[in-house]
Amino acid sequence: MIGGMSREGWINLAVLAGLLVVPLWALWADEPFTITLATRVVILALAAVGLNIALGLGGLVSLGHAVFFGIGGYAMGILAHHAQTYTSVMEWPLLIEGTKSMPVVWLVAVVASALAALVIGVLSLRTSGVYFIMITLAFGQMFFYFAISWSAYGGEDGLSIYVRNGFPGLNTLVPIQFFGLCFAILCAVLWLTARLMRSPFGLALNAARQVPVRVETVGLNPVRLKLVAFVISGAITGLAGALFADLNRFVSPTMFSWQFSGEIIILVILGGVGRLFGPVVGAAVFVVLEHWLGGLTEFWLIWLGVILLLIVLFARGGIVGMLAGRSVAHD
Amino acid sequence: MTEPVLETRGITKRFGALTASEDVSLDLKAGEIHAIIGPNGAGKSTLIQQICGLLHPDAGQVRLGGADVTRMAAAARARAGLGRTFQVSQLAMEDTVLQNVVLGALGAVGRPWRFFGAALRDAELRDRAEAALAQVGLCDVAAMRCADLSHGQRRQLEVAVALSLSPRAFVMDEPMAGLGAEGSKRMTGFLSELRGTAPILLVEHDMDAVFALADRISVLVYGRIIATGTVAEIRADRAVRDAYLGEEA
Repeated sequence: MIGGMSREGWINLAVLAGLLVVPLWALWADEPFTITLATRVVILALAAVGLNIALGLGGLVSLGHAVFFGIGGYAMGILAHHAQTYTSVMEWPLLIEGTKSMPVVWLVAVVASALAALVIGVLSLRTSGVYFIMITLAFGQMFFYFAISWSAYGGEDGLSIYVRNGFPGLNTLVPIQFFGLCFAILCAVLWLTARLMRSPFGLALNAARQVPVRVETVGLNPVRLKLVAFVISGAITGLAGALFADLNRFVSPTMFSWQFSGEIIILVILGGVGRLFGPVVGAAVFVVLEHWLGGLTEFWLIWLGVILLLIVLFARGGIVGMLAGRSVAHD
Repeated sequence: MTEPVLETRGITKRFGALTASEDVSLDLKAGEIHAIIGPNGAGKSTLIQQICGLLHPDAGQVRLGGADVTRMAAAARARAGLGRTFQVSQLAMEDTVLQNVVLGALGAVGRPWRFFGAALRDAELRDRAEAALAQVGLCDVAAMRCADLSHGQRRQLEVAVALSLSPRAFVMDEPMAGLGAEGSKRMTGFLSELRGTAPILLVEHDMDAVFALADRISVLVYGRIIATGTVAEIRADRAVRDAYLGEEA
């Protein structure tokens, strides 16, 4: 396996190693903030890996992926809020208690965002192109304004969670432990995504993006393939939302904002659309720029804009594409 | 009398005042190549779309293997055994030749909901795909990206994808389109043998190819079939000569 690894494989491995070495160095140098930054990279990368399945493989330009990020965030926020106020989420028809357990929160986040993606996908996939973008944007705005007006859970102010949720056997309040947890999840999802890209489903989805009419004339349903991709994509982004809320110990309607949907699209384009590690590289570059350029000038987004423009104009494969060349088929 | 593999009965399709197909009845029997010819705008493409399920007729029936498939969507008709090729190649250009044919095999096997195992390592898919590639003679370029193929190779690949479905009948929309004299000749030889695998409904502009290949020819003019017959009969038909063949024949 290692012997026959492609250039892209080596680059991916280097990115993963870098993502692991930086926080370990920060631990040694006693720079906890750097660990937090690295955790932010990992979580944003996870959100973008999710988006990449819809955008990169399915060709679905979703400007509403913040919906799933927000649902994941609020799944965590609501459950933890009830746990810390010793109230139940609902009592009828069945009693649901709050929880501070990460695995439970993750499960709820994944299931809820997958269901939302199914409903949004069924309605949005009746359209394509600009209309698809607009419908997903509209769903995003709906959730955003709903969250703002949902006073039971803080409305515009959001919800603060005082203590980070727990994971069996770990002290999640220690930054490096929480980083390790997020990093392990990212690795697992990347591995599953790599499998998915090479699977029969991935092959069919890839073709459905390029030539839907061909997919139809070999007896497969391109819309159904894209719908399943959209649901998987939403579920992963939802999981990232739950982790993001735990990182900040805070959820607010901004998690649902269309700006965030745009931001993760930028991460994917920056790193490389449809490339396995594109979103990871994109997230790392984004957070580093945000931190360093943001410290130098408040207009750092202008420079991000310039970089994005250069990439779109001259390197369609993003940073990964620039370094690794065109993607190759695996046998 | 054996049942035709593919059949249309009284297909009619109107777009506003324009009648694109008017009472079109034709059939395709096992082992034959049935060519449909006609001037530009005669409604050949519209007819093909209706046979393959991308358009639905206002009236009439499409039957495949004796069953009425008129209400079936394109994907269902493909699963029922219709292998189609396009006038303009419809291939996944970013993918390799092998991946394109494996897609066809995947459609034929009908199990796309597998998310873990590698598609190209699936023996069943791969055998099917490689058999189809071998039959059209594209094994050497299996690992090449479709975008890097020559036009002629893409036309062959187009046929290979349809072949990987193991269809009961082929519907081919101008397989010679854009091929040079040499390419046309090779494709003609290939299609001639292919009719033994499954019969071919062939829409083609290249008259040399049509006359060399067709067991029967139907002539479509203004959405109507004005004549059906063997090559000799069609060449001798006065109405056909007036309407279409003109000086050529």
